This record gives sequence, structure tokens and C-alpha cells, in this order.
Amino acid sequence: MTSWSGRSAFAGALADPDGPVPAGILRGSSEAAQSRFAVYRNNVASGLVGALASRFPVTAAIVGDAFFRAMASRFVDGCKPTSPLLMTWGDEFPAFMETLPAAAALAYLADVARLEVAVSAAYHAAEAPPLPVPALAGIEAAALAEARLVAHPAARLLRSPHPVGSIWSAHQPGGSPADVAFRAETVLVTRPGAEIRLSLLTPAEAAFAAALLASKPLGEAAALGVAADGCFDFGQSLVAAVAGGAFTAITLKGPDP
Amino acid sequence: MTATVSLPPRSGLGLKPEHCRAILAETPDVGFFEVHAENYMGAGGPPHRWLTAIRERYPLSIHGVGLSIGGGAPLDRDHLARLRRLVDRYEPESFSEHLAWSTHDGVFLNDLLPLPYTDATLADVVRHIDQVQEALGRRMLLENPSSYLALEESAWPETDFLGEIAARTGCGLLLDVNNVMVSAVNLGYDPVLYLERFPMRHVGEIHLAGYDETADADGARLLIDSHASRVRPDVWGLYGHALRLTGPVATLVEWDNDVPPLSELLAEAAVVDRKLCEASARRVA
Repeated sequence: MTSWSGRSAFAGALADPDGPVPAGILRGSSEAAQSRFAVYRNNVASGLVGALASRFPVTAAIVGDAFFRAMASRFVDGCKPTSPLLMTWGDEFPAFMETLPAAAALAYLADVARLEVAVSAAYHAAEAPPLPVPALAGIEAAALAEARLVAHPAARLLRSPHPVGSIWSAHQPGGSPADVAFRAETVLVTRPGAEIRLSLLTPAEAAFAAALLASKPLGEAAALGVAADGCFDFGQSLVAAVAGGAFTAITLKGPDP
Repeated sequence: MTATVSLPPRSGLGLKPEHCRAILAETPDVGFFEVHAENYMGAGGPPHRWLTAIRERYPLSIHGVGLSIGGGAPLDRDHLARLRRLVDRYEPESFSEHLAWSTHDGVFLNDLLPLPYTDATLADVVRHIDQVQEALGRRMLLENPSSYLALEESAWPETDFLGEIAARTGCGLLLDVNNVMVSAVNLGYDPVLYLERFPMRHVGEIHLAGYDETADADGARLLIDSHASRVRPDVWGLYGHALRLTGPVATLVEWDNDVPPLSELLAEAAVVDRKLCEASARRVA
């Protein structure tokens, strides 16, 4: 039971730029109808590509507008949004980039795009006051090993064999590509207030932060840090992670997750 | 439904993130701001911080672009629930949506697509608007679309179709004067006659915007509703005519692409306010 039998043909023709226009269009010649229907086709295609461009601005800046549009159009063909909430659409776009031979020369591109997914998720994440660093001071040393931190809703950790955090920062206002050294990076994304913050972590800090974000006890997280680097400084790394706004609370005892 | 609040009969501007800081610092003399609902459906973050601060200082219109009220399928209940939360949070003076569809077979197409005006599509739209007004607990405004082609099946003139929807649902109408010009040129009718026939007593807000101009394959003028420039002179003229029919009514300048500096938007808003003043003076005289 449908109120307009032509709707499916209309929708189908939107997705097929080389196909005929749907029947029932009144206005001029068939060529005119084609050119008028093309406005809707173009609106749909450019609207969705534009939504990706606004969610992946650094990726778009790296590859240039034409390449980005071509890549995004192919993604749109296979992965249309199912909700009007476009701010959460496109999480699979980075993995799609890795399947494109044309993008293979830019090995870091998909991970930069993954960082943009993390940044946009952090941007829209729920508000929560970050745990203040002085809150750590009141905890007895004996209780610290069993304590756990509660992750802030905006906190995200991304590991990459590429310098994704440096590349992202180089594309922000005032950044410069000359600042990028080609090495692996682990990036902690936080948004303690209104601003996004990126912190680059050493391998030991990354192991530590990943464990804390996964609600492991501080003692276990510290052991992972030490295993990664014998010189790991537990106290300094804990203060840095908390000061960065990655956590909202500390719980002294709790069941294993 | 709860008591009706409404936007002031003043100029309004679409709120753009890049202008928020300046708006809060300078609190320019603008009647209201309008936002697209879908841009404020995240849990938190800068968009809500800005909007909360601006809402404390200005009347607010929330304008949806994703409900697909003209679609054949039932409305997306999750989306309706998100709208409800947004409307509850900001208590805007106005909520509006479009006479168009944007979702089909579960896919969101991110465009405002045309429907034929028939008894059957009328029934769909009326049911959907009843559902929206019920879910939001308030009256909504429905906007006339911009059209690039006409559909053979249409049996109702657009103006009568909108009037019938308003009569059956109690909703108000958002008269987009740029859309009237775009559709009139594209479909070959007289925009003034369209206005004369428009059910003006239901109009709660007017939209203005810039269009782009091209030609179809037969060389006929084809206007594109691009929201990427100043309001065109012929649309200002048509707006003047609309105001003679409506009296002063809240009027938004939409400029969503190639967004200019705030000062340029404020200059457009000042033109609106001058015309609204003239309309008030006429009313008194």
C-alpha cells in the first residue's frame, strides 16, 4: 500500500546518474527533463559527499578536492546513510580508503581518517567535568594499585604506524607540514572543555592509558607501562593522563568488568 | 497542545559555528537565530555550548531537514525522539520542517525531494504532521518546497495542498519566498499569483535566500535553491509583496554555503528589518 507508486522509480533513478529519468515529469523535452532531474541527482550526490568532507577535513586537504570527491562518491555508492544523523555517518570510510588502489601510495591516509572519526566523536561527546589532578593526592599509596579511573565520554586512543597526530596538527590553523617526523604515533584525543586536545604518547604511556581507559586497576596498568619501557614513570604518566581530561572519576574498589 | 509562542516579527539569521564567538561578544540587533535540528543532535560539545549561550540571549527557531514528512513510510521514531529531546532542551519559539521527502527504503538521501500533490499523499503528510505535533507537544510550521520539475500525477495546486494540510492538522506554514521564485521560474508560473493564492493566515515565518541561475537542456531558465549568495533583487520584490499580504512576520535570511562574514549577514538582516518596519507602518496607516 503506497500513496505514490512512482516514488521507488524516482529514488532509484537518483542513484543511477547514467540511467533514464523516471516517468511522469512534466516540463519541456526529454533532454530538459534529464537536465532538471540532474539537479536532484547532483543534490543527493554532492550533499552526501559534502557531509563526508565536513567530517574528514584533514583527509580532504591531504588528497585535494577532486580526489576526495571521487573517493567519497565511491564510498557513498556502497554505504549510504540510514539515518539523518550525518554527524555519525562515515565511520567505515577509513577502512574503505584502504581498499582503493589509488589511495595505496598514501599509506597513512586511512589512519588520519580514523583519527578524524575519533575527533568528531569527541567533539560531539557528552559533557562531563574532568577529574581534577588534586583528586589523586588524597588517595593512599596502598589503595592506588586497586583503584580504577572512569573514562571521559570524549576520550579516544588511536595507535598508528604513521605520525597521524602530527599530520592532523599540521593541518590545523597555524600548523605546518614541516613539523611532521615520519614515525609511529599513539594519539590520545580528549575534550575536557570545549576544545579538542591531542596528546602524543610514548609506547609505555600508550599501554598505560589503554589499560586505564579499559577500566583496568592502576597497578595492572602501571605494570603494562613498565613492561613496555623499564623506565616508565607511573606518577608522571598518571598526572599527565588525568590533566589531559581523559577521566572523570576515580573509584577505589570495584568489581572486575 | 501547549500554548503557542512565536518568533518576533523581526529579521533572523541562520546560526553558523564560525560566527558564534562574535555574536556572543557583540550581541548584534537581530530578532532571532535559526539552526538546523540535525546539527544539534550530538550528546554534548561545542555546538550545544554555543547554542545554549545564544539561546539565552535570542529567540530561537529550530528547523528540521531530516524528518521526511512527505515520505510514504512511517516517520523514523528514533529521529522523532531526538527532535523531542532537542525541543525540550531549548524550548524554541518555532519548530519547522519541509513538505518533501528525504528518506526512502531506509536510506537517507540528504535532499528535499518532491512529491506529487494527490489525495493519497495528502493523507500521508497529514498523518505525519499529526504525529510530529503529538510527539513534540506543539504546533509546527511546514515549508513550501523549491521545485525543479513538476510531477504529472499532481492533482492539487501546491498552495491549496498546503492550505488543506494546515486546515486538517492545525499546523502553521513557513513561506519560503525564494522557493516561490525558484519554483515559479522553473515550473513556468507567476510567483505573484502563487502568493495571492497562498493561505497567508497560516504563515508563521518567512524564509529568504539567494538562488543560482542556469538553464535546462532546452535553454529554459533553471534556478537552483543554493543558499550561497545574497537575496536576489526579484526575491526582495516578491518579499515586499508577501509582506503586504501577511503583515510583519519573522523573516529568516538563509545563507548556508559559501558563508560570508557576519557583517554581510547583518547587512541582509538590516534590509529585512527595514521592510518589516515599512510593513508595520502600512498596517498602522
